[in-house]
Amino acid sequence: MKKLLGTLLSVAMVASLLVGCGSAAPADGASDGAKTFKIGGIGPLTGGAAVYGIAVKNGAQIAIDEINAAGGINGCQIEYNFQDDECDAEKSVNAYNTLKDWDMDILMGTVTSGCCVAVAAKTAEDGMFELTPSGSSVDILAGNDNVFQVCFTDPNQGIASAQYIGQSKLATKVAVIYDSSDVYSTGIYEKFAAEAPAQGLEIVATEAFTADNKTDFTTQLQKAKDAGAELVFLPFYYTEATLVLKQADTMGFDPIFFGCDGLDGILAVENFDVALAEDVMLLTPFAADATDDLTKSFVAKYAEIANGEIPNQFAADAYDAIYTIKAAAEAANVTPDMSVADMGKAITAVMPTIKVDGLTGKAMSWNAEGEVNKAPKAVVIKNGAYVSMD
Amino acid sequence: MSFLSYLINGLSLGSVYAIIALGYTMVYGIAKMLNFAHGDVIMVGGFAIYTLMNSMGVNPIIAVLISVVICTALGMAIEKIAYKPLRKASPLAVLITAIGVSYLLQNLALLIFGSDAKLFSSVVSVPAANIGAISITGETIVTIVACIIIMIVLTLFIKKTKAGQAMLAVSEDKEAAELMGINVNATISLTFAIGSGLAAIAGALLCSAYPALTPYTGSMPGIKAFVAAVFGGIGSIPGAFVGGLLLGIIENLSKAYISSQMADAIVFSVLIIVLLVKPTGILGKKISEKV
Repeated sequence: MKKLLGTLLSVAMVASLLVGCGSAAPADGASDGAKTFKIGGIGPLTGGAAVYGIAVKNGAQIAIDEINAAGGINGCQIEYNFQDDECDAEKSVNAYNTLKDWDMDILMGTVTSGCCVAVAAKTAEDGMFELTPSGSSVDILAGNDNVFQVCFTDPNQGIASAQYIGQSKLATKVAVIYDSSDVYSTGIYEKFAAEAPAQGLEIVATEAFTADNKTDFTTQLQKAKDAGAELVFLPFYYTEATLVLKQADTMGFDPIFFGCDGLDGILAVENFDVALAEDVMLLTPFAADATDDLTKSFVAKYAEIANGEIPNQFAADAYDAIYTIKAAAEAANVTPDMSVADMGKAITAVMPTIKVDGLTGKAMSWNAEGEVNKAPKAVVIKNGAYVSMD
Repeated sequence: MSFLSYLINGLSLGSVYAIIALGYTMVYGIAKMLNFAHGDVIMVGGFAIYTLMNSMGVNPIIAVLISVVICTALGMAIEKIAYKPLRKASPLAVLITAIGVSYLLQNLALLIFGSDAKLFSSVVSVPAANIGAISITGETIVTIVACIIIMIVLTLFIKKTKAGQAMLAVSEDKEAAELMGINVNATISLTFAIGSGLAAIAGALLCSAYPALTPYTGSMPGIKAFVAAVFGGIGSIPGAFVGGLLLGIIENLSKAYISSQMADAIVFSVLIIVLLVKPTGILGKKISEKV
């Protein structure tokens, strides 16, 4: 008798659990009944990578204002909510949960690679469509069908950098300094090193540093100098790069410095002597001095909302991300009352078929893995501003 | 030739570790507690100078002096609020409190200044010394000179003044010192005041040599300086100096000749080996504990 009662009780408990799930699921989807697309954004608005997050937030805002003024996506207006993650993976996941509570339909983010890997795992679980403007690690895409990138993947940046240096005959003896504790930096370095021999580049010094030891680069620079490097490749973020440039200047080492999109933002660092960045080159798909109408109007609008600042590549990536979301949502003919997972599935299916003309490339297209296909560009810093190298 | 420049780079880094280690070892030597918040007091000192110089245009020397006052006050306040109530508690409780204070300071700085790196303008205007092809930066020269001066002054202070003698007595036996009429609480407060004042100077020199200032600026150098202090013999003032310099040199030479990636691992392995061979550190005295 006791046994039977126990069994009955446990059956009842399991059943109540199931009922709980069953009633919760439709509530989730139904709460989405509003007639607006809710696009969420996540990125660092404070902290060491704040320059990126702020640029993305503003760049996306411009695109959303334009789209809303022109009638929205499929006739529905866009609501936009951007959350700060301080470039911390844990905080990024928290920000994602906050946005889910806000009933986000589509995620434009996250801005930095490390956070994006963590959040992409969550969106993949939920089936939400995610388009990162600037998260460039391949790990973001691996196994996540729902995630796409606007910027180049790290390996593609590494390969493109080596090709650019080789084909422009900038140097033959190259030194690399990279952050071995960072997935972005290591990813670029590995592909760069693999591609370099094919471009006639000789890597004369490979030096690393870690997150715990990133203030003193004198030894790494000294080794590059002693090895006779004509060009030093810096595939990491701008905060460390300011120190590298200063320390190289102090020791009288003046090679060509070449970086990737992580260096974008270096000119905005408080108290940084921009003269140190003179002649630094970086691979970036966007140059604010370009003379086409799209770039000109974007730069003007950006200055309006950001106290006269010149937009960087991240702002442009975010602007393109919003227009890509619009193009894909229209191609898939989705509406805001669809559930997050259905919408994600529909948009994911059309992504490989669309082509988007944006600030960072003409006729950008995507493969099913989520990688973007567009032509790389490089800029050089002259008198404290980017100048296109082409 | 390049060996010499690696050595000089090591010396630059080591001198910064040494000046931080002096504060660590001083507080440990007297109060017998590890003040893990020491690195964060350094950070506060750095931000104080940064704010004074960049927002208020104060002269660098005066900014350093004001930051010494601020850090001294902060050190005494921390001691009064966080450590004094635990005077009779187990050393472990005090240690954990110190870690708590460390996080508190970091997060307060994060709230006030945000976590984006500020580029610090050097407070040192001494030109670099060029000996042949080798160049020693002004920051390194000033840091080493400052270390030596602090070392001598601290040693004289402890040996020659009444307050210094009281510190020595407290470090040997708190209860006995109290019986001899020494105000133990006041003496420990004074120790923290001096230690935190030293932290302000260390902050000025650390940020001048490596100018990216964030709320976490003090934490890793603080840990390394603690290693340096243990390495040299914790509690020993010359030991902190020697330990700091050696640690910087070992770190840079292993970056140069072994692997730039493994430098930290090598530094900490050296510490383990030294402690296995000579548990009191290089210049540490062997103290027989009374049972």
